Amino acid sequence: MQYAVDEKGFYGEFGGAFIPEMLYPNVEELRKSYLEISATPSFKKEFDDLLKHYVGRPTPLYFAKKLSEKYGTQVYLKREDLNHTGAHKVNNTIGQILMAERMGKKRIIAETGAGQHGVATATVCALKGLECIVYMGAVDIERQAPNVARMKMLGAEVRPALSGSKTLKDATNEAIRDWISNPEDTFYIIGSVVGPHPYPDMVARFQSVISEEIKKQLQEQIGRDYPDYILACVGGGSNAAGAFYHYLDDTRVQLFMAEAAGHGIDTNMSAATSVLGTEGIIHGSRTLLMQTKDGQIIEPHSISAGLDYPGIGPLHAHLIKSGRARSFPITDKESVDASFMLSRLEGIIPALESAHALTILEKYDFKADDIVVLNLSGRGDKDLGTFMKYMDEYE
Amino acid sequence: MNKKFENLFEDGKKLLSIYITAGYPSLNDTVPTLIALEKNGVDFVEIGMPYSDPMADGTTIQQSSEKAIKNGMHLDLLFSQIKEARKSVSIPFVYMGYLNQLMQYGLDKFCQACVDSGIDSLIIPDLPMEVYAEEHKAIFEKYNLGLSFLISPQSGEKRIKQADDLSYPFLYQVSSNAITGASSKISDVQLDYFKRIEEMKLKSPKMIGFGISNKETFDQACERASGAIIGSAFIKAVSQEGDLENNIGQFIKSIRE
Repeated sequence: MQYAVDEKGFYGEFGGAFIPEMLYPNVEELRKSYLEISATPSFKKEFDDLLKHYVGRPTPLYFAKKLSEKYGTQVYLKREDLNHTGAHKVNNTIGQILMAERMGKKRIIAETGAGQHGVATATVCALKGLECIVYMGAVDIERQAPNVARMKMLGAEVRPALSGSKTLKDATNEAIRDWISNPEDTFYIIGSVVGPHPYPDMVARFQSVISEEIKKQLQEQIGRDYPDYILACVGGGSNAAGAFYHYLDDTRVQLFMAEAAGHGIDTNMSAATSVLGTEGIIHGSRTLLMQTKDGQIIEPHSISAGLDYPGIGPLHAHLIKSGRARSFPITDKESVDASFMLSRLEGIIPALESAHALTILEKYDFKADDIVVLNLSGRGDKDLGTFMKYMDEYE
Repeated sequence: MNKKFENLFEDGKKLLSIYITAGYPSLNDTVPTLIALEKNGVDFVEIGMPYSDPMADGTTIQQSSEKAIKNGMHLDLLFSQIKEARKSVSIPFVYMGYLNQLMQYGLDKFCQACVDSGIDSLIIPDLPMEVYAEEHKAIFEKYNLGLSFLISPQSGEKRIKQADDLSYPFLYQVSSNAITGASSKISDVQLDYFKRIEEMKLKSPKMIGFGISNKETFDQACERASGAIIGSAFIKAVSQEGDLENNIGQFIKSIRE
């Protein structure tokens, strides 16, 4: 595969493992074993069984008739919002908890932005009876209160990250520091296709079930197994990686990424990394990130906590740089508009993150017979507090 | 070969190195801090370039870095401060900073600036040995700049030997499984690890850092290494109210007396 990770952990010039020596043994242990463990029959069976009976997969591929009429094209929604815990995140946490278990780890740590990955991690830790500590930016704890409550309900400890912008990037720093301090018994479940190799590849593989299902479902529904376009939002990029995965080398399929423009890409309140970012290193990976010319990482902004991250995964950086994927910066306001639109048109309340991808329908002129698959990565329950603030505008 | 370091390590004296955050507590404190450290008998200084996301650092250095960035610290300013300090300070300077900033500055230009300003060697904690050996070694060698790599209690023997081979002028031995500034006591497990590494008879001199905070821990580390590096405890000392030089003098005295 042209877009697969190479043996040194790079996607083109992006990726690698730029980590302090204190993390090396942990990351190396994982690098040596992740492919082997995930290929064993017992792992595959347990992973598939849990996805089917516990998570509720396969998720539907739903032909959205009214949405299709509105935009004059053929729109299919991949309903990752219907997964247990409300988003695609659980596909990955199931995979990683099985990995942790087989590596004999007893203590699980994770970072979270919107709280969806935190909830998905707390869920699988409850399922497996493992200790769970979730790092979350103090600002995010404030704006995603329902998910904080869910993590606590599930028995996890939520630790606030108080440095920097107090959001996802800082929560990730804290989780990395925890891992440095607890190298023997702890497994770090990263929530996106970011971090040092092998994380981006491992997470993409666990999420690849999304495009595996899309292939089958399209074959059943339209008689061919590929769409013309796949639309997905990108913060770190895990749902997009999963939705793109089996089509990466299939150039009949165009890959569109929605990034959080925040207040706009010409303001200093944005998180549209592929537009505003330059090459550098963040969280152990060489990728595109938002930074000053002096190399200090810029604190991003997005209304959506799940997209509020100053980097993107190395796979996505490579897809953008090589021209394989195209990025659309979507503002806060546009994503709120799209959230209300989908709720009223199809009876589906999307997560603010996923609503960014919906906005691409406004921005790009799809043809009437184009098959457009939109990865609806999560449901909007967690964002009701934000939506309530806008309710009057949409009466 | 760097004469300054050669002489230091050949002496056999137990070396005290202090980590400072450049531009902290105030933007222009870098130079007076370096002067005061030499005056008080510190053997060499690790000059930390503040970074927004210091992965290996604990709360103290995170906060001093955040403050220094707010103060307006940036790389060009650091090089001019070091040049200024070099007018009167002769102890070795070790630059400590994360890789991203070097990448943005440009590696060649960065090395040239180190040489021009008077930096003797470097510590880049998130530069992996493999990447250094394959991509960067030639450039650093061209400028005659050594790098110290880190080893931790988890590092395997092969890894330690690799770090020993690549490191110059010393090997940085991380005292425990921890980020900087974590503990105030050295445990028996750590002492065993110090002994284990000493018995490997590595060719590089070893400096022990992370969690070295007072006379007791400094002395314990020195028994099994060429010396030790103190960071967070020093940052705390200069964060206190009062005259900077006084704070520095008192802190160094508390370690060395």
